[in-house]
Amino acid sequence: MSEQASITESKPPESKPWIDDTQQPFIRIRNITKKFGEFIAVNNVSLDIYRGELFCLLGGSGCGKSTLLRMLSGFETPTSGAIEIDGQDMAGLAPHARPTNMMFQSYALFPHMSVEKNIAYGLHRDGLKRKEVNQRVSEILTLVQLSDFAKRKPSQLSGGQRQRVALARALVKKPKVLLLDEPLAALDKKLREETQFELVNIQETLGVTFIVVTHDQEEAMTLSTRIGVMNAGEIVQIGEPREIYEYPGSRFVADFIGSVNVFEGQVTEEDTDFVIIRSPEIKADIFVSHGVSCTSNQKVAYAIRPEKIRMSLERPKGVKNLLSGTVEEIAYMGNLSVYQVKLATGKIVRVTQPNLVRTDQNSITWEDEVSLTWDGAAGVVLTS
Amino acid sequence: MSGQAKLSEKLPEKSIGRLPFAAPLGGALARLGLGPRALVIAIPTVWLLVFFLIPFVVVAKISLSEVAIARPPYLPLWEWQDGILSLSLNFGNYLFLASDPLYYSAFLESLTIAGFSTLFALLIGYPMAYMIARAPGGMRNILLMLVILPFWSSFLLRVYAWIGILKTNGVINHALMSIGLIDEPIVMMQTDFAVYVGIVYTYLPFMILPLYANLVKLDETLLEAASDLGAGSFTTFLTVTLPLSLPGIFAGSLLVFIPAVGEFVIPALLGGPDTLMIGKVLWNEFFSNRDWPVASAVAIAMLFVLVIPVMLLQKAQQSDGGHS
Amino acid sequence: MKKRSLFIIIAGILGFIFLYAPIVSLVIFSFNESKLVTVWGGFSTKWYGELLQDPQILGAAWISLKIAFVSATLAIVIGTIAAFVLVRFKRFRTRTLLSGMITAPLVMPEVITGLSLLLLFVAMQGLIGWPAGRGMTTIIISHATFGAAYAAVVIQSRLVDMDLSIEESAADLGAKPVRVFFDITLPVIAPALVSGWLLAFTLSLDDLVIASFVSGPGSSTLPMVIFSKVRLGVTPEINALATIIILIVSVGVIAAALSMQKGKNNNVS
Repeated sequence: MSEQASITESKPPESKPWIDDTQQPFIRIRNITKKFGEFIAVNNVSLDIYRGELFCLLGGSGCGKSTLLRMLSGFETPTSGAIEIDGQDMAGLAPHARPTNMMFQSYALFPHMSVEKNIAYGLHRDGLKRKEVNQRVSEILTLVQLSDFAKRKPSQLSGGQRQRVALARALVKKPKVLLLDEPLAALDKKLREETQFELVNIQETLGVTFIVVTHDQEEAMTLSTRIGVMNAGEIVQIGEPREIYEYPGSRFVADFIGSVNVFEGQVTEEDTDFVIIRSPEIKADIFVSHGVSCTSNQKVAYAIRPEKIRMSLERPKGVKNLLSGTVEEIAYMGNLSVYQVKLATGKIVRVTQPNLVRTDQNSITWEDEVSLTWDGAAGVVLTS
Repeated sequence: MSGQAKLSEKLPEKSIGRLPFAAPLGGALARLGLGPRALVIAIPTVWLLVFFLIPFVVVAKISLSEVAIARPPYLPLWEWQDGILSLSLNFGNYLFLASDPLYYSAFLESLTIAGFSTLFALLIGYPMAYMIARAPGGMRNILLMLVILPFWSSFLLRVYAWIGILKTNGVINHALMSIGLIDEPIVMMQTDFAVYVGIVYTYLPFMILPLYANLVKLDETLLEAASDLGAGSFTTFLTVTLPLSLPGIFAGSLLVFIPAVGEFVIPALLGGPDTLMIGKVLWNEFFSNRDWPVASAVAIAMLFVLVIPVMLLQKAQQSDGGHS
Repeated sequence: MKKRSLFIIIAGILGFIFLYAPIVSLVIFSFNESKLVTVWGGFSTKWYGELLQDPQILGAAWISLKIAFVSATLAIVIGTIAAFVLVRFKRFRTRTLLSGMITAPLVMPEVITGLSLLLLFVAMQGLIGWPAGRGMTTIIISHATFGAAYAAVVIQSRLVDMDLSIEESAADLGAKPVRVFFDITLPVIAPALVSGWLLAFTLSLDDLVIASFVSGPGSSTLPMVIFSKVRLGVTPEINALATIIILIVSVGVIAAALSMQKGKNNNVS
């Protein structure tokens, strides 16, 4: 996770046009709705994407993310709403006339053409001269490290090589926007992790705007400048990976991205710089060290990530948020361990701890009585 | 970055809606009867309308006219004379079909022969399909090719081959007499037996192929589960394999039954003068009696007889398509 | 388990003997010296010689080949368009009509198809003067119609299996619909086009009933000539002809199977 975060964080502030009011969005999606008969696949989505972004649409299957991508590429016509790319309205433009190119989930390589011919296909359609076509094909083949495979047929390539051909074929036309539908889903885990970074490098080298559809939250975290989380045809939150993870705006987002403990409760004290939530579920008061836009007595949910909770055998003194319980279940994951701690109320709390040493001596084990505590700023108060 | 723009500036507007994927736009144009899409649809539709559907209208029309010694040998259905349209519908051909027992018994015999041939084809075809489906990969393809291969060679010649085998001084009688099993040759040619042999032989691949397609999909772990639960191999077959292969049996049976009802070549070559199958009756009405109206009436009656099995077949194929 | 396997294997082998016995007997007796087809009179190729000097059979075979070639080509064009329309155009008004008309010829008894087409041609001649009489043209039209139905079935199943995103990606890379069809769809379904064409060609070569209805003077096809000969009895000449046809078909089918196998192997390596 630390590596993933570093990609977005290494970017200087000027590469975050979405926080700069003077910047014009490159892609404007305005109130787009798509209905298939009675079924609403995409519901009134509005979205601005900036030049050079790597934007991820993240959601479960059937959330409408692929339909949104297909409307951008022109394979689906919106029921209502407008799409504008670089100031140009896309309404009524067929896919072959749009300044976008798509990388398909199945890669959709032409089985009867060699790698070279596959990549050259789009350039020929633009009526480019043979010499220029050859030059651009060999350039892009070098970029994706497939120069030695130019004469092969797609069926003679490995999965990872096919993926790179599909990428090269879509990129060689230098589209204004590259649309990627689950670009890494067909690769195995190890290859997927390597390819993620390759994809980011290529995107940064060429500066093309990428829109990626994925159901894999880790992939979205690694790749994107910003993520749009989708659910039931709507975008529920847009933000940088860190924002989405640390400040989920709703229980859906908190639950969908990573794992989370949710404590239901009621606001008992509300001040400008702190809030107290009484949660009968854990039979304790939760201290939140910042203001929350809510009213007294409002029902809220408090969400806290398992890694933000400290666990100890001794009872710490002088802390605000303190729970105690018994360790019920331990799952050893290698780099960390997940503990399920059962409180006196019966509520199960998940806690993760990094495995800092190799031996398991002196560590917490089954049936141990433990204390759980966390900072006042560690969790998020969710009102929806 | 501006140099990276695709051909977006010179976008031709005419391209709108020409794409099959832009379904709503294309659909709108097609509804107006315009555009290349409608033209593409029109080519096969018009061809089949003219050369497949309209011919039946013509048959229906002629089945209602009267036979005559003329060219063509029937009287027109309507006449336009002195500003008066006179229409003469002649249902006599149908009444004739109903009154003459020849037609009635020909229909009955066609259905009987087709029905029993289907049953025999099923009994012979099922073990073959099962054997092919359970054969190891390479062997399976070879066996499958062996089933299809005869279908590619001349049907007429394969039926003809049976004459040499079945006739009085043919292969079978010759063999049986030379080993002393019989003294007198058995009469097999020009009997219903020969017709059954011919039909079962000709349409056997039509039974095997859908059965094979069904049986090859059968999950072998189901059979293992059944025997694990204590079923013997015959019980397993009766309770698992057979019920699951019913769609294949159904499709294969219809594929044999339907063409067998209207068969002409097999009864004409292998059957005797008293083998009355409806296809042969139609042929004789047309070619020997030159009674086009009665031949047409026989054709229409045959269509009505076949409507139900054809609809069943259509339904079977649709539900099969839905599964896969 | 073992017992049933044995039963199945024996029944299966008997079935294959049933399928191939007539064909084998045709081949054997085509080399029989004796004119009495079923009595072995020694090995001879004289019937082949006679066959090759029979102008009636040779003429009919030439006519049949011409008809089969043209009608199969026509059938593949109509069948491909029909299959494409039915698989790729989801909704249009005449869809049910078209899908019904393209499948019905598969199950229609030949006597009905033949009669109805003849009556149509007669009526058309009376109304618009075309086709003037019956002959090769009317046989070609008739064979193309039912050939198209078979071709459409073969091509439809290939189109359904084809990954739609391949066509979409060509469109996305800037190809217009007609280009997509010729650059991508046709090459990908090419094997189905070949087998559809061969199927239509074989069906045309094999058809006796429909051709008998719609043929005219001077356009007797090979099956029509064979039929009139074998009605009079078994002739060794026809055995020789059958053997030649079986040889050509077997070589063709085996070559096709081998080349497909080879294509597969090439793709894998």
